[in-house]
Amino acid sequence: MKRTKSKLSIVVLACAALASCGGPQNALDSAGVQAGRLETLWWVFFWVCAVVYVIVMAILVIAFLRNRRADEKSAPELLPDPAREQRVSNIVKGAVGISIIVLFTLMVLSFRTGRAVNSLSYAESPIEIRITGNQWWWDVEYRDPVPSMNIRTANELHLPVGRPVKLNLQSTDVIHSFWLPNMHGKIDLIPGYETTFFFRPDEAGTYFGQCAEFCGYQHAKMRFAVTVESQEDYEKWAAAQRQVPPPPVDPLQQRGQQIFLTSVCTQCHAVAGTTANARVGPDLTHIATRHYIAAASMHNVHDHLKTWITDPQRIKPGVRMPMNTYAEEDLNALVTYLENLK
Amino acid sequence: MKRAAVLIAIALLISCEREERGFRVQPPQADRINSKQLTTLQPGESIPQQVVVNEYEQNAFALTEGKRLFSQMNCVGCHANGGGSIGPALMDAKWIYGSQPDQIFATIVEGRPNGMPSFHGKLPDYQIWQLAAYVRSLSGQTPKDAAPGRNDNMQVKEPENSKDREKPNDASLPKSAERPE
Repeated sequence: MKRTKSKLSIVVLACAALASCGGPQNALDSAGVQAGRLETLWWVFFWVCAVVYVIVMAILVIAFLRNRRADEKSAPELLPDPAREQRVSNIVKGAVGISIIVLFTLMVLSFRTGRAVNSLSYAESPIEIRITGNQWWWDVEYRDPVPSMNIRTANELHLPVGRPVKLNLQSTDVIHSFWLPNMHGKIDLIPGYETTFFFRPDEAGTYFGQCAEFCGYQHAKMRFAVTVESQEDYEKWAAAQRQVPPPPVDPLQQRGQQIFLTSVCTQCHAVAGTTANARVGPDLTHIATRHYIAAASMHNVHDHLKTWITDPQRIKPGVRMPMNTYAEEDLNALVTYLENLK
Repeated sequence: MKRAAVLIAIALLISCEREERGFRVQPPQADRINSKQLTTLQPGESIPQQVVVNEYEQNAFALTEGKRLFSQMNCVGCHANGGGSIGPALMDAKWIYGSQPDQIFATIVEGRPNGMPSFHGKLPDYQIWQLAAYVRSLSGQTPKDAAPGRNDNMQVKEPENSKDREKPNDASLPKSAERPE
């Protein structure tokens, strides 16, 4: 019984290991130059270590299996054979030399990769994005020299293929870490200190990132989604984000807006074009265009929005969003209003 | 020896609740029976006033949540970090509208003349109870082991848990804010 269980768990582990190859959140499936360099370095380390491991294990096994010349009756060897001693010491010296050369090569490779990863910082006209870490969501601001061209959103990035991106990272509470494995390594967000880094998405697709520095109760549900798309699609998205969302047209949406503007929502959230302009929680101006809610931990659909508004503490215990009580029709109207913020 | 062990066990059990994070729990006594009553005058037989206990005052998590809301809801805008500027100081012994938890709750919910805004319908009740608990910790009315010990931002004054308890000074209260003994 015990044995079948352990066998089963090995199979499950193997499946998990295989399943993690490829996918939208994977450092070994690079979609950018820097992640590509890191991936190459990782594989070099992996193969060097694998070869060294196999050699060491093989020598160990050989040493175990080799017949010993001495048995319990033979006399202890008081004067070692000088020729054999010389041979053994040469082998040891050689092995130390090879180890030094291998380690030194790896170090140089690591240095070179580090420099290559930082080389993009000289790129011209990058997209500038300021990301502010909060417990437990990401505030995203696309910065433009013209203030009216700024975009404010949360937990989701849209980027054009092949254009460098400059991220300015900061935090309002504790240390977070921005990790988009398909593009780059981890960079910390430190309260009171702005960190900057560059990356360039080279392949279209949807990728996921995650906070990589333990930051409290909902650290695991502090995720974000990145959509890399063609230049035209990006321009279209950006133009839409700069617009004020259309005012509600039918009575249901109007009722929803009324509820939104007169209840607790406006204490933390902002919707452009209305009186709601608080900056404590995520900006909801174009929430209907986002694919996820609750920091990319749930799909943005009608029922999820409803549960999220009424009982967020069940989905993300400890989250700053309070529980709310609404009559069924009111909740429906509120969610319908949110679903039309495009 | 045995007695000491029992005492230590009790102390440990008590300190468990101090750190408890009741994400979906309201303070049990948090109703607002007395909150609207600012005078002792009543028609007919007077109903004895009940003391409302805000259990959040014993809880470190609720107090720090109150502290977060105190700056995020811009209480600091007028009351500063408790020392007062446009609004009255909250860390001294003077309580214009009463020092009891339910009176503070009422002050936040209803607002008060000359500038205190009403948060009615703007914050859920439990967050107002967290705020009320934190406001009382500013003058040392809450247990020291539960009150916040440091700031997220730059420390501008001694932390709440090293504040000595102020004795609410009834002499300075307007007649309308007094409570019967």
